[in-house]
Amino acid sequence: MLSSDKKWEPRIIAFFCNWCTYTAADLAGVSRLKYAPNVRVIRVMCSGRVDPQFILHVFASGADGVLIGGCHPGDCHYSEGNYKMLRRFMLLKRMLKKMGIEEDRCRLEWISAAEGEKVKSVINDMVEKVRKLGPLGIPKRISKIDKEIKIIEKEINPEEAVEHA
Amino acid sequence: MRYLYYPGCSLKCTGRSYEESLLAVLKALKIDFVELNDWNCCGATAYMAVDESKAFAIASRNLALAEEQFKNEKEIHIIAPCSACYMVLLKTQNYLAHNAGEMKKIQSALKESGLSYEGKVKIRHPLDVLVNDFGLKEITKAVKHHLKGIKVASYYGCQTVRPLATFDDAREPVSMDELVRAIGAEPVDWPLKTRCCGASLTGIIEQVGLPLSYIILHEAAKRRADVVITACPLCQFNLECYQTEINKNYQNDLRIGVIYFSQLLGLALGISPKELGMQRLFVKPEGVYKAVKGGETVYV
Amino acid sequence: MYSTNGNNIPRIGFYICHCGHNIASIVDVVEVQKYAATLPGVTVSRDYKYMCSDPGQELIQQDIKEHNLNRIVVASCSPLLHEHTFRLAAEKAGLNPYYFHMVNVRENVSWVHDNKEQATEKAKDLARAAIKRVFFHKPLEKKTVQIKPDVLIVGGGIAGIHSALTIANAGKHVYLVEREPTIGGHMAMFDKTFPTLDCAACILTPKMSAVKSHPNITLWTYSEVEKIDGFVGNYKATIKRKPRYVNEELCVGCLDCIEACIYKEAKYPDEFNLGLSKRKPIYIPFPQATPQVVLFDPETCIDFKSHRCKKTCIEACERNAIDLKQTAKFEEIEVGTVIISTGFKTYDPKLSPQYGYGKLPNVYTSLEIERLVNASGPTAGEVVTRDGKKPESVGIIHCVGSRDEKSNKWCSRVCCMYSLKLAHLIKEHTGAEVYNFYIDMRTPGKGYEEFYDKFMNEGVHFIRGRVAEVTDWALVPEEENKLTIRVEDTLIGVVRRIPVDMVVLSVGLEPREDASEIRRMFNISCSSEGFFLERHPKLAPVNTFTDGIFIAGACQGPKDIPDTVAQAGAAAEALSLISAGKIELEPNTAQVIEKYCSGCKSCIPLCPYTAISFKEDIKKAYINEALCKGCGTCVAACPSGSITQNMFEDEQIFSEIEGLLKFAGIELEEKEVEHA
Repeated sequence: MLSSDKKWEPRIIAFFCNWCTYTAADLAGVSRLKYAPNVRVIRVMCSGRVDPQFILHVFASGADGVLIGGCHPGDCHYSEGNYKMLRRFMLLKRMLKKMGIEEDRCRLEWISAAEGEKVKSVINDMVEKVRKLGPLGIPKRISKIDKEIKIIEKEINPEEAVEHA
Repeated sequence: MRYLYYPGCSLKCTGRSYEESLLAVLKALKIDFVELNDWNCCGATAYMAVDESKAFAIASRNLALAEEQFKNEKEIHIIAPCSACYMVLLKTQNYLAHNAGEMKKIQSALKESGLSYEGKVKIRHPLDVLVNDFGLKEITKAVKHHLKGIKVASYYGCQTVRPLATFDDAREPVSMDELVRAIGAEPVDWPLKTRCCGASLTGIIEQVGLPLSYIILHEAAKRRADVVITACPLCQFNLECYQTEINKNYQNDLRIGVIYFSQLLGLALGISPKELGMQRLFVKPEGVYKAVKGGETVYV
Repeated sequence: MYSTNGNNIPRIGFYICHCGHNIASIVDVVEVQKYAATLPGVTVSRDYKYMCSDPGQELIQQDIKEHNLNRIVVASCSPLLHEHTFRLAAEKAGLNPYYFHMVNVRENVSWVHDNKEQATEKAKDLARAAIKRVFFHKPLEKKTVQIKPDVLIVGGGIAGIHSALTIANAGKHVYLVEREPTIGGHMAMFDKTFPTLDCAACILTPKMSAVKSHPNITLWTYSEVEKIDGFVGNYKATIKRKPRYVNEELCVGCLDCIEACIYKEAKYPDEFNLGLSKRKPIYIPFPQATPQVVLFDPETCIDFKSHRCKKTCIEACERNAIDLKQTAKFEEIEVGTVIISTGFKTYDPKLSPQYGYGKLPNVYTSLEIERLVNASGPTAGEVVTRDGKKPESVGIIHCVGSRDEKSNKWCSRVCCMYSLKLAHLIKEHTGAEVYNFYIDMRTPGKGYEEFYDKFMNEGVHFIRGRVAEVTDWALVPEEENKLTIRVEDTLIGVVRRIPVDMVVLSVGLEPREDASEIRRMFNISCSSEGFFLERHPKLAPVNTFTDGIFIAGACQGPKDIPDTVAQAGAAAEALSLISAGKIELEPNTAQVIEKYCSGCKSCIPLCPYTAISFKEDIKKAYINEALCKGCGTCVAACPSGSITQNMFEDEQIFSEIEGLLKFAGIELEEKEVEHA
């Protein structure tokens, strides 16, 4: 799949709420709008269900970007789940920044059931922005850090390190 | 605030009275302005049709000069009274803002003459400045002769508010009407405010140009306008100077004054007709003079 | 209840649908099928032309039995379309339907991409994620709720009236709420209806009185829904009944009070006649208004302003029905289902200034002409211009506020037909020359093309071209004192100027100004133009995404009367819910795992349905399943991870994420499960 001979393509995971954005993505399909094939959608009932852990897990598992789609403010099927998401998102953004993950890699968009066109433009725009940023490659970075730590451990305490192994 | 003033070619020759009256009004209202140094022809509509790139280049030279001359001012506002100049400058600015390739080309051309254009300059029509910056209330306060009882047909011509002006509606502009009301006169409600007067066609192909002017004058007269006011040197020329020709062609006896809005405003502000360049008119706007002097005709 | 087919070790059936060419032309379904077969846990992997067809479903059922499958993944269209179908199929084969998961490779893949290789790659990723996800699926029991039998209908135009009568005739109770003082809606304003030219009043007013007298219908006019809460089967609504200042039970509609009003002449613009006639401060919208009850307009009644009127109206009322101290009343009702039939508004032609409406007095809207040609209208059916003259020529301009980049892009569907009708009626009333200016004639309906044909032969002129301008300036003496229509006649390729005495603007249909507020109140969606959004344009045209809320008529999109009445089949949807008596809901509710709950209470204020409470005795949160609607907000917010949501458990979503992104860990995962 991601073999070295293939050109790198951004991999983005999207969380779309069932009522607005997922429906809008269906509308984009029914309208045969063409957009970049780099986004994989996970359906949730409400953007309020998107746990910040999911987003961190997505990055940790090797994705280059996360897109969250919810209903417009005031239009949430569950009254205010999208506001709850927004609050979490603002905090999470700060945290991601500190972790060195660029702002354009994590995006929250309000897309109503009627906005198939917006699904297309948001996805295309995001794919382009992430493409410019290049691969994030957290798993690789982590394994590199792991290796380094092992080496350091060995240096500090050769016997214990052997035991661990 | 201080404005830059870009006269354009017309205001220095056929449209001289437009310049005379406008500058007199600006002075009377204490609106500070200075003429743009070393300005050149805007290219007008004709050049735009021949070679767009070159047309944008010569128009943008004026914009670059403005940015140069006012580089120490907080804001750069340039007044372009001639409707062709106003439209061409706006169009150039708009086109360059949305077309990076052309902008690059123009920049390199400007660089040759040591200039650069950043898009900071704001292109303003004098109507816009008077109505929106100076304000109608202030104008009313400054009026010396309320032009009570005269009916005025405001005529913008095809270029003033179209296609890019943002200070008024493109189909139903009202700023001139508001100005007319502010000086005590009554605007005529008519549908021809932005209809073409025939423009340069009147001089070249008379049978196309003349009927267009005729429609405007005929409707203005039908709606009992005492005078037509305009903001375009070419419109003023077409509508005023061809009246005999029109009457011959249409078996009519139209005789209606066609003056610049700045001349009407100047009269209301108490400026003498001569200072407003009104001695150059072929058709004397008698009704307006009567209103100014309380029934007596003034001859200039 | 269901067999789990020994679900500890997943035996997955994977199916990918060709959907004819819809999926198979872009996604290499055979490759995906073969790939899925290599994934751990997959026992059967198949591709099939139409998975949703009977044979497709039988394939799944057979495999469940033969191969002892305990998980099903189908990759086909959107779950919003066929999730239910496949769940049912699994259930029929004895498998708990929640062991099923659906992958969207049509709307999300084949229809939106054109690179085959990348589309196939994406389909594989999605399939792998689903296969990993179903490992963690659990058997769930469906949640059922009872359906209260009463129905609330919002909007008393022809759609609301027809729906109300259908439901009431089936023996169920209806609350019909109408904002205006009378029901009837736009249809009551029309003179004749196309294509049969029967009189609108003759076919509508009997239905209006049937609504009023029906024992199963509670009719509240001059009322609005103030608030609605609850969920399918169990809605609680508050209806505000605005004061008419007349006791509805006592008033018999004798109209003596109107006669007695101290204003001898009517002097205020009459809303029903669109301001073409006048009314008094006490009035009835039109003679057949239902209910036949007068009302006061406090804005114009002297007594409301000065309290010094002689109150001759009160003296005149023998039944003492007038009550100037009346205030708004609020009614609380409980209903199981709601039908929204709030209709449309007509385009405001002032927004297209080139047609001169509002400026040139003899430019009318089509709705105004409907009133003018109406025998009970402001001129008793005489078509005259505002200066009282009979027009000798009339121009009808189609598509005003329709099919126009600058106003509304959509076709309003009814304008061609009503313009034809008005052309005929004007000709009949005045003998004038009538010109129709159209872009395209659209007459797709039973008897509609024949209707068009008939009037072409009647001598109505048809000029193809969008009108540039309606103006009162004259080019030639014949145009003096006339309205001139400037148009490019695209059939002969010339610009024409046609002077007429009267111009009719065939205005398009738009969503109501407050459609957005209604949408929010009832928790439904709007399409981009602002009409209410149906669940599926073909298969669920009157359903919304909110269970138990239906839409009917022109609030969903422009419609003529026959189509509106047909759409009032929303009533049938409501009735089918009522007669089922209950509805199954997604069991996607959340619950607290008590042993992990730390009692921090952070979830409690998050729930919009107040479903979470705090058990003081054990200091733990508790979720009332009946109130939970399954948004999952509390789950995401719980700091100790002690709330789970059925169908969207953390591990299900984590496995989906990993399935999408991790490529190496699959074998490892399988061993873990096998050992579990």
